[in-house]
Amino acid sequence: MTSQDPWQTAEIAGPKKAAIITKPAMVLAVISRAQHPVLLIGHSAATIDIGERKLIDYLLNLARIQKIPVIATGHINRALKARGYTGASIMPAVEAGQRIADPSWNGPDGKGPCDLAIIAGLPYPMAWTLLSGLKNFAPHTKTITLDSTYQPNASWSFANISVREWQENLEAITVTIETGGRTDV
Amino acid sequence: MLPLTEKKIALTIKELDSGLGRIKDLSISIGKLSAADWAEPEGPTPYPSLTSLRTWDRTLLSRYQPFYMPFCDLCCLCTYGKCDLTGTKKGACGITMPAQQSRIVLLSACIGAATHTSHARELVTYAIKKAGRDCPINPGGNAIGVEAPVIRLVCGEKPEILADLETVLDYCESQITSLLAVTHTGQEGDPLDFESKVLHAGMIDQVGMEVADLAQISALGYPKADPDAPLAALGMGTVDTTKPVILVIGHNVPPSVAIIDYLHKEHLSDQVEVTGICCTSIDATRYSPRAKIIGPMSWQLRYIRSGIPDVIVVDEQCIRTDALVEAEAIHAPFIATSEKNCLGLPDRTYDATDAIVADLAGGRQAGALILDPDKAGEVAVRVARTVAPARKNARTTADPATIREQAVACTQCQLCQRACPNDLKIPQGLKAAGEGNLSLLAGLYEACVGCGRCEQACTKKIPVHSLIMAAAAERTRNEKFTIRTGRGAIQDIEIRNVGGPIVLGEIPGVVAFVGCANFANGGKEVAEMSVEFAKRRYIVCTSGCAAMSIGMYRDEEGKTPYEQFPGSFTAGGIVNVGSCVSNAHIAGATIKIASIFARRNLRGNYAEIADYVHNRVGAVGVSWGAMSQKAAAIAAGFWRLGIPVVVGPHGTKYRRMLLGRADHDADWYVHDQRTGEDVYAGPAPEHLFVAAETKEEAMVLIAKLCMRPNDTTRGRAMKLTHYIDLSQRNLGTIPDDIPRYIRTTADIPVTLKGEITRILAQSDWKERPIPDPTLLARDKPSPPKER
Repeated sequence: MTSQDPWQTAEIAGPKKAAIITKPAMVLAVISRAQHPVLLIGHSAATIDIGERKLIDYLLNLARIQKIPVIATGHINRALKARGYTGASIMPAVEAGQRIADPSWNGPDGKGPCDLAIIAGLPYPMAWTLLSGLKNFAPHTKTITLDSTYQPNASWSFANISVREWQENLEAITVTIETGGRTDV
Repeated sequence: MLPLTEKKIALTIKELDSGLGRIKDLSISIGKLSAADWAEPEGPTPYPSLTSLRTWDRTLLSRYQPFYMPFCDLCCLCTYGKCDLTGTKKGACGITMPAQQSRIVLLSACIGAATHTSHARELVTYAIKKAGRDCPINPGGNAIGVEAPVIRLVCGEKPEILADLETVLDYCESQITSLLAVTHTGQEGDPLDFESKVLHAGMIDQVGMEVADLAQISALGYPKADPDAPLAALGMGTVDTTKPVILVIGHNVPPSVAIIDYLHKEHLSDQVEVTGICCTSIDATRYSPRAKIIGPMSWQLRYIRSGIPDVIVVDEQCIRTDALVEAEAIHAPFIATSEKNCLGLPDRTYDATDAIVADLAGGRQAGALILDPDKAGEVAVRVARTVAPARKNARTTADPATIREQAVACTQCQLCQRACPNDLKIPQGLKAAGEGNLSLLAGLYEACVGCGRCEQACTKKIPVHSLIMAAAAERTRNEKFTIRTGRGAIQDIEIRNVGGPIVLGEIPGVVAFVGCANFANGGKEVAEMSVEFAKRRYIVCTSGCAAMSIGMYRDEEGKTPYEQFPGSFTAGGIVNVGSCVSNAHIAGATIKIASIFARRNLRGNYAEIADYVHNRVGAVGVSWGAMSQKAAAIAAGFWRLGIPVVVGPHGTKYRRMLLGRADHDADWYVHDQRTGEDVYAGPAPEHLFVAAETKEEAMVLIAKLCMRPNDTTRGRAMKLTHYIDLSQRNLGTIPDDIPRYIRTTADIPVTLKGEITRILAQSDWKERPIPDPTLLARDKPSPPKER
């Protein structure tokens, strides 16, 4: 069992598998290239500790600085509101997936079809199937997961990494964004 | 060859002497003799074929389109393959990924429908043997006029005696065979045609389930549509372990009935504990409330490993396939009773009872296959009484010191967590246990679904599941709850009383919690959701393992939900209809609303009634931890009736959702039968099959999916009140789609008038008429009758 196998042992998809995010700059490069990214935040983001902060704090920071529209799934919107963020579109994750896969959907902000879906905080199996739907039926959309476990159906995913590595990556992404830096892959 | 419904042959010979011998009282009947007094005109689709309802299916599927989420990118069903179907690739046979996904869904629905129908066939055969072919079908005496709403609707038949059910099963079996054939390589290629057949399989499944429950209710004297059906004991803590204990597992009740009958005959009923897991235990309590329910499927490992059962009897469905191995580990003799589940055991059906008892009790054989339920019942009791005294001394559960000693071996490799379907933090629990703190390990108990994959993954061979159970031993001892035994059908008078308020929207909805709750904390969440909706005066229905989960929690006063809420089909009731096959009564209740309240003809009139239910009956199914193929079939049956189903996050593994697009206004027009106009009716209900990520999200979805185009303004205002309130509480906001659900200002809940009026003013909302809705094309001629 390697760190690049699906986190849940038997969740093997098929020949097309996610590229591993080996450095934070990859995430930034993918985001910077996207015209209409969307950030889908699942409910677990409010409970997952990463150092002194929660996953949701890193994700919100990313959304605010990069002005990425947020889709709130599960009941995460309460936690978003508690952090002063009130602009999320609220819908079930599968409904979001269906819309993202529709090239005629202009995204939650109405600005154009979603060409990048950033996903984090969903239950692992649900993210797995959702990403499978997008991998197979949304050729216009790339996907990136910011969870700490390998998701084979994403376009890009971290390997199965420790909380410390995860924190370093997320902080590097945030710091780079905050300083306005851009790094090519 | 005669068509199915034309096979009407009855031959009775009172007495015949011939050269071959003497025959007395021989009665042969082939096919159904239709009830002569049924004046209801026949609709367009009695005994529908695979394509009879294709137009209705396409109507639904054009609004609720599949969103496929492949669970595997490959097809490995034939020797062309494996074929990679990723994206737009095709298999060697030409199949696409969407078609392959819908094909697998169809396979799953066929397995489910076949399982229920096969179960029904066994029960009908058994019931006829026990009560006779002429035994009247009697689900509720004078309280029930429409005795078989699903059969009437689908088959156009009005069954009166048990023998009538055989013809209905002939039809189900022929349809399932054809549906299964559809999944063969090169047989069907269009995803929506596969989906239509999925709906057909679901409809057949409902027929099979109704047959099964009608047969057992009629022949076994179960509660007959009784809202006050007695309470039964539920939970491991209710078992008197000083007595011999028999465990029955599965769904087919005859062996359990035989055990109870033998105990009664021998005056031993108070000397032996009859306990059960899964639906066979629910049905055992319908037969005798003295029987005890341990819990759903996820209790199998934990209860067997407790060592409490002295004898284990299995029948069919949802039984761990390693149950025999687990039984051997605790030295409990094992009896298999179904041809569908022989487990490699020697067939002792025709051996002398004494010899089987001696072999099992003496340990010469670990188990036996006994295909005669009466013999199996006697053997189970006699063996349990023989082996129990010695086994009582052998029961052990690991003590804290042992748990610590075994947990210390954990290397924190995390393979157990990665094998766990619910990603439970088992390594943390083991680490703490190794340091002497059992609380984390014990805390996993409620979330654990008892699959045992953690143990398979452990390279140190730590008995992880057993350690979790041992750490939570105190909790299992306190599992002492009650469940209302399955009442069966809904009475006509109940339908008359609530039909109007439901159709007009004044009872905000009917919410059915069905199927397993095999998801982390799933049982607790099902209980919490059911109580929430009962308190809000919805009608809450339940069955099977969900019904058990609901009973496993108590309020502050120590009452289980069945003690808090009435069992009647009324606002604020929690209605346990019975086992898995009793699900047909929930669908049947929605059909009976069309028949009894709205006086619509049921007879072979599926599309019209489904259209009625879809547009007017605010019913939602919830299968929170659905895992099986039977659950897939049950859901499909609800879909074809136009009833939405919500599943938990693991439900995405069913490979596709059926989702509406609220933002596509054109999808939500209905035909107004009063004016002849097509009018926008809003996305009600918005989805037909949707997975919710959390309980909180599910509750908001359920409230929303109860809205229907036909709601009166008062009813819509009430439904919106619950939808908005649940959204505010759980999501922290008023939903942004409220304008889509407000047709006139009278729809606005009084308490929210100011706020919603402001929301409407900021949108492009316009008042619109409330239609008399239908999705059927009324101006088109009816299709020819199916014969």
